[in-house]
Amino acid sequence: MADSVNLTIDGKAVQAAPGTLVIDAAKKVGIEIPAFCYWEGLTLQAACRMCLVEVERMPKLMTACTLTVAEGMVVRTETPLVAEARKSMLEFVLTNHPLDCPVCDKGGECELQDMTFRYGAGEGRFDEMKVHVDEKQWSPVVYFDAPRCILCYRCVRICDEGMGVDALGVIYRGVVSEIAPNKEDHLQCDECGMCIDICPVGALTSGMYRYRTRPWEMEHTGTICAHCSNGCKTTLGTRNGQIIRGNNRDKSGINGEFLCIKGRYAFDFNSHPERLQSPLMRIGGKLEPVSWSRAIGEVARRFTEIRERGGRFGVVGSNRTSNEENYYLQKFARQGLGTNNIDHRRTGDVPALIDALAGRTGVLATVKDVYTAKASLVIGSDLAQQHPLLAYQLRANWRHHQSHTYTVTRGPVREDKYSVHGVRVEPGAELGALESLRDQLKAEPELVILFGDAIKGEAVRRLVEFGDSLGIPVKYICLVDYSNSRGAVDMGLLPHLGPGYQGVENPGMSLPEMLAAEDLDAFWVVGANPLEHNKLAADRAFVVVHDLFLTETAERADVVFPAASAYEKNGTVTNVCGEVQHLRSAVQTMGVKTDLEILGLLSKEMRINLGMWTPESVLREIRQTVRGYNVALPVIAAGGAAQSLPLNGRVTLDSRPELIQSAGDTLFTSGTLGRYSKTLLSVLEYPGVLYGEAAEPEADRR
Amino acid sequence: MLYNEPSPLEVKVLSRRFGLPDSQSINTYLAHEGYQAFRKAAAMTPDDIINEVKISSLRGRGGAGFPTGMKWSFVPRNSPKPKYIVVNADESEPGTCKDRLLMEYDPHQLIEGMMIAGLAVDAHTGYIYIRGEYRYLINLMDRAIAEAYERGYLGKNIQGTGFDFDVYTHTGAGAYECGEESALLESLEGKRGIPRIRPPFPAVSGAFQCPTVLNNVETYCAVPAIIRDGGAAFAALGTPKNGGTRLFCLSGHVNRPGVYELPMGFNLLRMINEVGGGVRGGKKLKAVIPGGSSCPVLKAEECDLAMDFDTVAQAKSMLGSGGVVVMDEDTCMVKAALRIMKFYAHESCGWCIPCREGTIWLRKLLDRFHAGFGQQGDIPLIGEVAKNMLGRTFCPLGDAAAMPTISFVEKFYDEFEAHLDGKPCPYEEVNRFALA
Repeated sequence: MADSVNLTIDGKAVQAAPGTLVIDAAKKVGIEIPAFCYWEGLTLQAACRMCLVEVERMPKLMTACTLTVAEGMVVRTETPLVAEARKSMLEFVLTNHPLDCPVCDKGGECELQDMTFRYGAGEGRFDEMKVHVDEKQWSPVVYFDAPRCILCYRCVRICDEGMGVDALGVIYRGVVSEIAPNKEDHLQCDECGMCIDICPVGALTSGMYRYRTRPWEMEHTGTICAHCSNGCKTTLGTRNGQIIRGNNRDKSGINGEFLCIKGRYAFDFNSHPERLQSPLMRIGGKLEPVSWSRAIGEVARRFTEIRERGGRFGVVGSNRTSNEENYYLQKFARQGLGTNNIDHRRTGDVPALIDALAGRTGVLATVKDVYTAKASLVIGSDLAQQHPLLAYQLRANWRHHQSHTYTVTRGPVREDKYSVHGVRVEPGAELGALESLRDQLKAEPELVILFGDAIKGEAVRRLVEFGDSLGIPVKYICLVDYSNSRGAVDMGLLPHLGPGYQGVENPGMSLPEMLAAEDLDAFWVVGANPLEHNKLAADRAFVVVHDLFLTETAERADVVFPAASAYEKNGTVTNVCGEVQHLRSAVQTMGVKTDLEILGLLSKEMRINLGMWTPESVLREIRQTVRGYNVALPVIAAGGAAQSLPLNGRVTLDSRPELIQSAGDTLFTSGTLGRYSKTLLSVLEYPGVLYGEAAEPEADRR
Repeated sequence: MLYNEPSPLEVKVLSRRFGLPDSQSINTYLAHEGYQAFRKAAAMTPDDIINEVKISSLRGRGGAGFPTGMKWSFVPRNSPKPKYIVVNADESEPGTCKDRLLMEYDPHQLIEGMMIAGLAVDAHTGYIYIRGEYRYLINLMDRAIAEAYERGYLGKNIQGTGFDFDVYTHTGAGAYECGEESALLESLEGKRGIPRIRPPFPAVSGAFQCPTVLNNVETYCAVPAIIRDGGAAFAALGTPKNGGTRLFCLSGHVNRPGVYELPMGFNLLRMINEVGGGVRGGKKLKAVIPGGSSCPVLKAEECDLAMDFDTVAQAKSMLGSGGVVVMDEDTCMVKAALRIMKFYAHESCGWCIPCREGTIWLRKLLDRFHAGFGQQGDIPLIGEVAKNMLGRTFCPLGDAAAMPTISFVEKFYDEFEAHLDGKPCPYEEVNRFALA
């Protein structure tokens, strides 16, 4: 058979596609061939020589990471000769590797340690002086301890090939070869920490984590990153009730091995000293700490009073709270307070897309589609800055499958480096510029279109019409900003749409209208900061805010509830592609409650029956009542992502696209939340720029 | 002026123009059958050219001794990609100094060899990768290339044959590793000089991922003679499967060190005694490194052998790059092994673990050992560390470091023992050995 090759590995018959590497073929049948330098998906190095195996009819040991399978090949991975070779390689590595495992961050999860246990000699024979180089700090998040480095070049490759940043290289030669950063003594890069994560030993360590714990002393909780909308899984390592590390330990999320600086390091807002830990109430013009019961009682009393006299409520939801909280909030507003004046900061025109795609299935792309599609078109987004996972997927797609990428942006973007065609347009002219790509796109077998807030309102419909006119299968992603921006729309945090894009009878006020309404009686903000750049026109309104911090909005509040962060709650969030994933509580902060619990306590106090307020029961209700959210529970429970399938029909549209505006966060900012991450603020690259990459580095290079 | 007096035993084919007045100039070259082989080759089919090279049994002069004709035949001539001719002039093997003479005395012979290779594989661009230390040769080659352009022996439609060929020089930056063909190509492309994973071999994917013929300077220089006089005539000069002559670089403790062009299969003892004038100071021969520092050492009693690739391989050494290093009875073999390992530890590119860590380990070990701090267990350890490198490194540099070390320990075990237990080196005071 032409499409598969038969070979034998350690006596097991293996079938593999031609071109498969022996190391991968072995993995398929459960045989692990050890390797330091080999990393699936990156270029081959054959530098560590750990994967040497015996192959019949070959005179020397062969590296399993570069050897492709051949018909009739007989491979042996555990012969005395192989074991001896591995032992000798480890002996070589350890000659200049400091034996400081007891104080090394990597101790306990170090690949060199593991391999030495498995294959290494009990005793070293190296009696000479070791090569020593002092440790260096390359950035607030990246430290490099050269003697520990075994030069597997994984970091160099992940930075260059994976991230497209190319910030690491090798200098000198021989035993003094060293990994070096792009700015001589420091790094200027994405600060993503991929190099640290991929390092098999403790050579690259993170400024956030180093010397704070041993790996086995931490609890590990896999949850979803609280920052952008891509929905990366981040595994939080916690110790003594504090998050110490974020990484993607088991690579099981939709992001695989990928995490950016926010997912990996910007969890530190959680233990920021300014976290609110007690409800605050305005007493005598000042916000004073009060008990939970007093705060809840006060808000319930005022809300009930305003509701009974027919006063006007304005409710603002969050881009970061869970689906359950969003659902419960809109239910609270609509059923409990009797108002449709509910909104959130809208960052992408999802409803318009859902409407334009009415009647079709399989047209909403997933994160995986971005990796597998033959062609992609990015419109109006600096993907590498705003949607780092999607950018990583797109890049990996090009690296692995030579997919074609097209960009239509208002400035240079990193995707230009490999895109087939990049079009520069004036802001607002994105849609018109598509015509110039029509012939090229037509020739593609399929396409994923990712569009930012430049395409909204009527333009979305025209974009879909353009997609239809190409005559090829097209899938879409409407880019939104934050971890649950998509969920906020799906759950009906909109004045004109209820959960599942169901139109409501009497549409309420939008956020700008609430801010401008002088007769607003109550303004209730759950996890948002609308007053950062705006003023509330209604001076006398009763303002209630749920937040982690005393934001500009909270400062104006009459009652502030200290809310739990996304890392302190259970629930689900929906990413930019509509994939629903599980949030898991990793830590608790004293004095805070989840928004869901606050809502529940309020409803109880107000004697409104909105149902139980546990995440499980609300999710059950969402799955039953919100169209498209009947997602497979086992998938979510197991840490997977299940794509929601929203309403397959027409959506009542709000004809005001001006309400939709992305916050334009870069890799190093994350709305109000990002201001409370020391890491984000401390890196040299902060605050970052969109569409600015090409302008900066060239002249700076030596 | 020549660096050394020629020997009457020499068979001058490649070096026939050495010593002529103004031998680098194109005029001298043209006056002595220069570029005639190119004219002849231009009238031949590519297959005929390759066939002629095959008949000549010319084998790569860089050290590995791969049959040149076969190497050329691997190039996919109908590939739509451009093809390249690359000259490995990164002559860095300790004990080797022949390529510099070929370029210094007869640069046009090299250019003509490249052109014929270009005809054979349909290549129109050639690069000469010259080691950075040969600064003066770069100027010299550039001048020769300019001359060839001026006289229409390079450029478009050369001498009306319709063949286009351009030649460029490229400077190395002082890395021995870049003499390894794939590392050379990386360096040529402007990248860090580290070897590539093979396959694909350069013949299929070499410079700029295009089919590439990559040979040593001496190999290319032999080509004009082969085409001019026929492959059979060249082959007849040497022994079976080892055609032609070879420029042997005789160095070390001989009376008349120098570069001598001798037929393949020339006896090593005769070379030392008759060509080189015997061991210096009438001393006894102790050991010979037959082909540059990466070859296992031969004891004096093993030296009665024919210097061709196969015979030397039978003696468990290598003909290598033709750098014959002679060591007399007063040479400390521990120090010799140390000196060689210093070189390899300095030149290891650092890419793969066994070479990077093994060479420096051996250097430190030998250093300590030679200084009188050796322990009994160190002697087998030296051999074992070297054996652990052997055959397991990414490129042949690790082997090149391991092989001589293993041979030194095996063949001169008693000398290592003489250094044990704090005993000073027995040769130190009379040691005049200097290899590099």
